[in-house]
Amino acid sequence: MHVNTRIMPVEFEYLEPKTKAEALEMLAKYDNVKVLAGGTDLIVKLKTGADIKVDYMMNVKEIEELNYIKLEDNLVKIGAVTPLSTIENNEIINKYLPILSEAIKAMAAIAVRNMGTIGGNLCNSSPAGDTIPPLTVYDAKLILAGKQGTKEVSVEEFITGPGKNILAQDEMLVEVVVPAPKENTGAAFIKKTRVKADISKINTAVLMERVEDKCVNCRIAMGSVAAKVVRILPAEEAVRGQKVDLNLCQKAAQIVSDEIKPIDDNRSTAEYRKEIARVIVEDAMKIAWQRSGGEKIND
Amino acid sequence: MSEINITVTVNGTKINANVKPEMNLLKFLRSQGFYDVKCGCEMGDCGTCTVIFNGSSVKSCITLAAQADGGTVWTNKGLGEVDELTQKLQKAFVEHGSIQCGFCTPGMIIAGKAYIEKGGKPDRNEIKKAISGNLCRCTGYKKIVDAIYDVAEQMSK
Ligand SMILES: Cc1cc2nc3c(=O)[nH]c(=O)nc-3n(C[C@H](O)[C@H](O)[C@H](O)COP(=O)(O)OP(=O)(O)OC[C@H]3O[C@@H](n4cnc5c(N)ncnc54)[C@H](O)[C@@H]3O)c2cc1C
Repeated sequence: MHVNTRIMPVEFEYLEPKTKAEALEMLAKYDNVKVLAGGTDLIVKLKTGADIKVDYMMNVKEIEELNYIKLEDNLVKIGAVTPLSTIENNEIINKYLPILSEAIKAMAAIAVRNMGTIGGNLCNSSPAGDTIPPLTVYDAKLILAGKQGTKEVSVEEFITGPGKNILAQDEMLVEVVVPAPKENTGAAFIKKTRVKADISKINTAVLMERVEDKCVNCRIAMGSVAAKVVRILPAEEAVRGQKVDLNLCQKAAQIVSDEIKPIDDNRSTAEYRKEIARVIVEDAMKIAWQRSGGEKIND
Repeated sequence: MSEINITVTVNGTKINANVKPEMNLLKFLRSQGFYDVKCGCEMGDCGTCTVIFNGSSVKSCITLAAQADGGTVWTNKGLGEVDELTQKLQKAFVEHGSIQCGFCTPGMIIAGKAYIEKGGKPDRNEIKKAISGNLCRCTGYKKIVDAIYDVAEQMSK
């Protein structure tokens, strides 16, 4: 049942590391440490009685060395605790990863975006997480760190199911690394909600790389249609190497609609999601294509 | 569990207290007498507990008091005493009849202030987006948007 206890039905010790090294030390030393970033998922879950074991709450938002956005060797690097509102207004992001900024602007209210972090959105690993489809099509890599060392994984490898990911108890996400898209690449993000700034009923991100009138690389990610954000490989395959026109967009969008197996839940129905998937993917492809420098596709 | 000692500057006054790690900032503020910070949904949805923390608007119900240690918090009432923009908003809310039961008002004024301060223009759609995290069950929002629009217009002149 959905209960709001208004109080936190758990008790814990509070930890506040100031450096990454200190945080990793604490993760290794204590049992049942929960990483707290903005708290906009975690605190709400605790209040609604989610079954989360937490003996130590470790606030990582004060770790300044994990709060940055920079461009290095053609890679956009975002520290895990960087607030969402910082990312949406950042020049590097707006220039290289515009749909990440668009997706964040379509999330929650400003106050929630001031608190929430990109690391929190990824580690919360919700099928509706709005930064996940953009980061998936931009081919982002996530840097996970533990006392023993670091590893680099793709977003698809990282998330395994609703609220589930491969982070070990003594690891944390420290950085998101995104290759700056090549010339003639365009992307689009579309989200459908009941009211503005709501959790999505469905969302999609599409990225297209253009050579003349052909799309040489296409990535399509869908949120809120499966246990995790998924890429629709048969649709991507159908687009790759093809001349892009209305027909192709509609064909790919139909494949997406046929491929997904959404469910009925409190935000939407499977039937609606299958129908609207076709519409938003077609629209997203048209926008992405135009942004890649391709000719405008008219109906 | 062990209590922790925190120091938070609220509306310009330094407050030192022992709190349980799981106490939220909202409860802490109200326990210190800042009753203008309202307790609504307690889940980050309704926005009436919004305060300015270290320069940005946050929802105090889903912020831990411990996270505010060493920081500064401003509430609507405190801002109303020192901040000209907040005073203008408070006046405009009264003039436009944007307050009925008044429960959402503190959060609405903070949301309006955060919007205008970040360079927000008198644009009804943008204002609606800016207050989309604040629920009002009385006014139908129109008069709230009117008031914020009015102040945004005054400030852009
Ligand atoms: C009113 C409201 C509206 C919302 N609307 C949206 C929306 O439209 N779209 C959307 O996608 N989300 C939405 N959210 C959810 C939430 O705001 C985002 O998912 C946000 O990005 C979470 O970030 P956070 O820093 O607050 O995470 P937290 O709550 O601090 O953490 C979330 C989870 O990730 C873990 N974690 C956080 N950082 C790390 C790290 N660096 N390493 C390892 N583990 C970590 C935590 O332990 C926890 O399990 C909304 C939330 C609220 C309250």
